[in-house]
Amino acid sequence: MKIRGRAIIYGDNIDTDIIIPGRYLVLQDPEELAKHAMEGIDPSFPEKARMGAIIVAGKNFGCGSSREEAPVALKHANTKCVIAESFARIFYRNAINIGLPIIEASIRNSVEEGDELVVDVISGMIVNETKGITLKGNPLPSLAIEIISAGGLTRYIRKKLGLE
Amino acid sequence: MNIVEKILARASGEKEVAPGQIVDAEVDVAMIHDLTGPRAIDSFREIGVKRVWDPERIVVVFDHDVPPSTIKAAGLQKKVREFVREQGIKHFYDIGRGGVCHVVMLEKGHVRPGDLVVGADSHTVTYGALGAFATGVGATDMAAVMATGKIWLRVPEALKFEIRGRLRKYVVAKDLILHIIGMIGAEGANYKAMIFSGEAVGEIGIDGRATMCNMSVEAGAKAGIVEPDEKTIRFVRERAKGDFTAVKSDPDAHFSKVFEVNASELEPQVAIPPSVDNVKPASEVGDIEIDQAFLGTCTNGRLDDLRIASEILKGKKVKEGVRFVVVPGSQEVYQRALEEGLIEIFLRAGAAVCAPGCGPCIGISRGVLADGEVCVSAANRNFIGRMGSPKAKVYLASPAVVAASAITGKITDPREVAGK
Ligand code: SF4
Repeated sequence: MKIRGRAIIYGDNIDTDIIIPGRYLVLQDPEELAKHAMEGIDPSFPEKARMGAIIVAGKNFGCGSSREEAPVALKHANTKCVIAESFARIFYRNAINIGLPIIEASIRNSVEEGDELVVDVISGMIVNETKGITLKGNPLPSLAIEIISAGGLTRYIRKKLGLE
Repeated sequence: MNIVEKILARASGEKEVAPGQIVDAEVDVAMIHDLTGPRAIDSFREIGVKRVWDPERIVVVFDHDVPPSTIKAAGLQKKVREFVREQGIKHFYDIGRGGVCHVVMLEKGHVRPGDLVVGADSHTVTYGALGAFATGVGATDMAAVMATGKIWLRVPEALKFEIRGRLRKYVVAKDLILHIIGMIGAEGANYKAMIFSGEAVGEIGIDGRATMCNMSVEAGAKAGIVEPDEKTIRFVRERAKGDFTAVKSDPDAHFSKVFEVNASELEPQVAIPPSVDNVKPASEVGDIEIDQAFLGTCTNGRLDDLRIASEILKGKKVKEGVRFVVVPGSQEVYQRALEEGLIEIFLRAGAAVCAPGCGPCIGISRGVLADGEVCVSAANRNFIGRMGSPKAKVYLASPAVVAASAITGKITDPREVAGK
């Protein structure tokens, strides 16, 4: 599963209130949520991500609340993948469950904002096409790949229960 | 095995489990609230199962925006109410009946030692105060639980915190957990469980233990747990139905790391915005003037919290120009605080006492902050924009520090004002 996008770079501890502030949680529509993605630190994010973004961040991405609206907002703002040095655990599960690919990798020193990246979610290999270098991330666990390939957890469970 | 491994082994029908192993576990209780409920219900419908796995094991609590402040919020609550009715969900705490979900879950006896509990809220970890393994999940994970009663979990490594000595007066559980988070950092327990034990923890009541477990997620933890003792058993017997088996770590249990903390030297602590792990003693934060002081939430909205705050506030006034917002954690807390005369102390001091719920904690309603404002809060998060404006600042501290600061108008060590 190969994914392509332009790098947008953030730091450590990008929390869920930054990704989507609490006051927007009543907006259940994913497209509406997407308009406010990353508003806490970067209101220009939805515009920057329009052509397809790969977020490259530091430690503990997605820490804080259990709000699934966080990965939903990123996904619908056209984030193709999030690469971070580490993820907070609820965000990690939520991203997989809603079908947003995420990769653990420490690549901030090898990527600049706007670089064209191609990510192989299954092997964890990341190619920085702009710089012509290949970087290595941790591949997703097999259960996560199964869930993402099924199109998210609800579809995965439907299959398991024989509903589709 | 340690307590975490024992609970997860029992829940997944395995004889033994070890960290790193993925288990398919049966959930004892699941919780949703007004904010995460609607999305969980949508995902549940998407799965396409007609009935929830067990209407007696799902608890629904309205707390995040109560009574609702917008038409949208009212509409979402209506939708959850209809789901409750349709599915015959037995335990539903509507507005005026419950309070903050994590306060209600403990006081109404929905959690028992040894249980595996999941909640569609990150602070579900609070229930570890009663020796349960409780963790937060997102809406879709919750939908899968509502449909199947099961969840996959990776057995976490456990960090043990051996807390020696006794806390001094006006130094409380909140100070301990802030200190611990400052020590290990905001991702110091990521994917792991934090187990609190030692003399100080034995001394701390269930309310304080709830505060500690509540904030374990602020260090990234999957669960925070206090091993059950007589206090736990007494608390649960008074509230929960049915039998339970309180499990504890074996004497030879393995922990991936053991930390020692000395409680007797600890001072009141403050977490400096915008990170929860930038923690200093209250006496060292300098002159920080505040616009608002906030007492409440799933971290510090319980009776012991209101008691210590009112003890400091008694006979004093909230400083001119400062707003003191007090939100009792639940109807029960509110009722008992009334009976004990605590609410009167708050009112006489000039505090705004609001109906139980999350209050301004999540920046949705009642007490949000304007650009440039400063709040000292008894809650658990000081993230940018958490309580309203991204240009506001939130300092986290104990109920004692919050009350003392409301009196002086700047962040204050409670020992400076108490009894004076
Ligand atoms: S009080 Fe605050 S932290 Fe606790 S459940 Fe409510 S919003 Fe979340």
